[in-house]
Amino acid sequence: MTAEKFIGMEGSLAVAEAVKLADTDVVAAYPITPQTHIVERLAELVANGDLNAEYIPVESEHSAMSACLGSSAAGARTFTATAGQGLELMHEVLYVASGLRLPIVMAVANRALSTPLNVWGDHSDVMAVRDTGWIQIFAENGQQAFDLTLCAFRIAEDRRVLTPVMVHLDGFHLSHVVEPILLLDQEKVDSFLPKIDFPIALDPDKPLAIGAFFVPAVYSESKKAQEDAFRATLPVIREVCEEYAKVSGRKYLPVETYRTEGAKTLLLTMGSYSETAMLAVDEMRDNGDEVGLVRLRLWRPFPFDDLRAAVENAETLVILDRAISTGGPPGPVCSEIKAAMYSQKRRPRIVGFVGGLGGRDMVVQEFINMVKQGRELAEKGQGDELQTIGVRD
Amino acid sequence: METFAVYVPKLLPEKDYLAPGHRACIGCTEVLAMRLVMKALGRNVIVSNATGCMEIVSSPFPTTSWRVPWIHTLFENASAVASGIEGAYKIMNRKGVTNKKPKVVAMGGDGATLDIGLQALSGAWERGHDFLYVCYDNEAYMNTGIQRSSATPFGAATTTSPAGKASIGQTRWKKNLPAIAVAHDIPYVATACPSYPFDLIDKIKKAASIEGPSYVHVLSPCPTGWRHPGDLGIRMGRLAVETGIFPLYEVENGKYKLNMDFPKLRPIDQYLKPQGRFRHLSDAEVQIIQKRVTEEYMKLKSKVEA
Repeated sequence: MTAEKFIGMEGSLAVAEAVKLADTDVVAAYPITPQTHIVERLAELVANGDLNAEYIPVESEHSAMSACLGSSAAGARTFTATAGQGLELMHEVLYVASGLRLPIVMAVANRALSTPLNVWGDHSDVMAVRDTGWIQIFAENGQQAFDLTLCAFRIAEDRRVLTPVMVHLDGFHLSHVVEPILLLDQEKVDSFLPKIDFPIALDPDKPLAIGAFFVPAVYSESKKAQEDAFRATLPVIREVCEEYAKVSGRKYLPVETYRTEGAKTLLLTMGSYSETAMLAVDEMRDNGDEVGLVRLRLWRPFPFDDLRAAVENAETLVILDRAISTGGPPGPVCSEIKAAMYSQKRRPRIVGFVGGLGGRDMVVQEFINMVKQGRELAEKGQGDELQTIGVRD
Repeated sequence: METFAVYVPKLLPEKDYLAPGHRACIGCTEVLAMRLVMKALGRNVIVSNATGCMEIVSSPFPTTSWRVPWIHTLFENASAVASGIEGAYKIMNRKGVTNKKPKVVAMGGDGATLDIGLQALSGAWERGHDFLYVCYDNEAYMNTGIQRSSATPFGAATTTSPAGKASIGQTRWKKNLPAIAVAHDIPYVATACPSYPFDLIDKIKKAASIEGPSYVHVLSPCPTGWRHPGDLGIRMGRLAVETGIFPLYEVENGKYKLNMDFPKLRPIDQYLKPQGRFRHLSDAEVQIIQKRVTEEYMKLKSKVEA
């Protein structure tokens, strides 16, 4: 396919195009819903000889991620995709991928979790894996899903990083929607993304024992070392995004803003709903209301400094969560941001809402309502109860 | 015996790829089996090891007993990890990144193989990956304290199938994984036991030389879990074979071959009596086992003759 020209393409297929342009070596995936067209398209590309890769059609997501462990440890560029229940079935394997520092890239089409059965989009699956030691980046549209997939390979495989990366695209709202997308020329991709060179690969000429067990005397030190290394990936992520901007003209930041100049009230979203929120901001701005939008792109490592800089001057910060932290503080994104701001002298009043669960659409007016209600709540102080938006009593 | 001492060093490869100094129990025949397996395989291998006795005794950080590339990740996924390694080397060869072709070998105990890892193993067999899977079967979850698995034989007492007034211990017959392997139409399936080291080595070499999935099921007597003296492990393996409760056979492309046949099998109580896990069995219960063993042995022989 030629680049530099908009092509109408589903978000899933755009991710598959990025995986192809990355000349990925091994794809291991389990096919059924909650899966997406990403892996179907990759199977097709392999079958047609357009992608020279090993496609391993595993019998479960647990085995998908396990096969990725083996492939990545052997030194091959490795990709998989999943969502919802599939991500949950992988859960224990995710910790192994990050603990072994394997540069696996995975697209996650964020979805709700059973029960009740619901395969549509929200962030319940994302939040269940936030402590697994994977870098987690959010796309807001199909273009970003394409771009960030390419960035993810370079971030993961950078020797200063060597950590797996999840590219999050909201289930259905991005994974199944056709959008105009600019692809990138193969030469440009090749100049941006060097061939993989994994330094500790399984090789009979350099025998290594990978995955030994750690007794209490050394386990804590190993986890601390992993945490230090994980936090140190933030500058590399920034650097890779800058490099990507040079070849593509599209630049991504850990935290991005929209019309935040002079805004007393800020909305904060993560993922595809930010585009609807932008329309809401436009409408409110047109009516003279100084509202702006903060879009959290990087979920892990959490971009503390960028986030603080983006919100510290506002009076009120209204956060939308697409997942419930059952019985806990209302909304995982909100509670993490509150924690990040607690130590700050300058900080907005923070209120959180939960909405858009299980594929429930959120329209522009609901964002406007959320801002209005958010300000009122901020005035009197939000309690511990869960505030929902767009949910019938 | 003297003749044996002269010839053995010439018959066995000298080099060990599983180093001494591991932490297995006294009298462990499983680690002996693994040492023989590694001798047979040589250096051009990558091992994917499931969580279990053999992983634990060979790997406490920062030490390792492994002289070949070795990866351990989880309990139930050694075959899936092996699938990934095999796929990676296949594509790296195709792309000219490397010309090395290591044999991928997955291993696990009976719990990792017959119970929790069966799905991943079945999937890898069905996909036809070029890998060898070795199951070291000591007939229970020994590493975690002798809990029953689906490989635990009928009548055996374990901590989760204890014998008591209302129970004879394990109430189910051992799951026949070699038969399940054969049902996947994989090119090579064999049973082996470290009490017959040359047979074991031959089978591992053959299994590793075959392209596609191969499976070797190794009975590994466990003094700790079977509750017999530590110096009886080899004898227990021999008695298992000679009584017919664990026959040594191969299935090559669906064709059965009995590697060791006996004009007359030893009575099963010779095998059961020395083991504490069967101590509670009455003569009548022993006879139930005897009947089953004879039937299964004849069933196997009928497959060989067919």
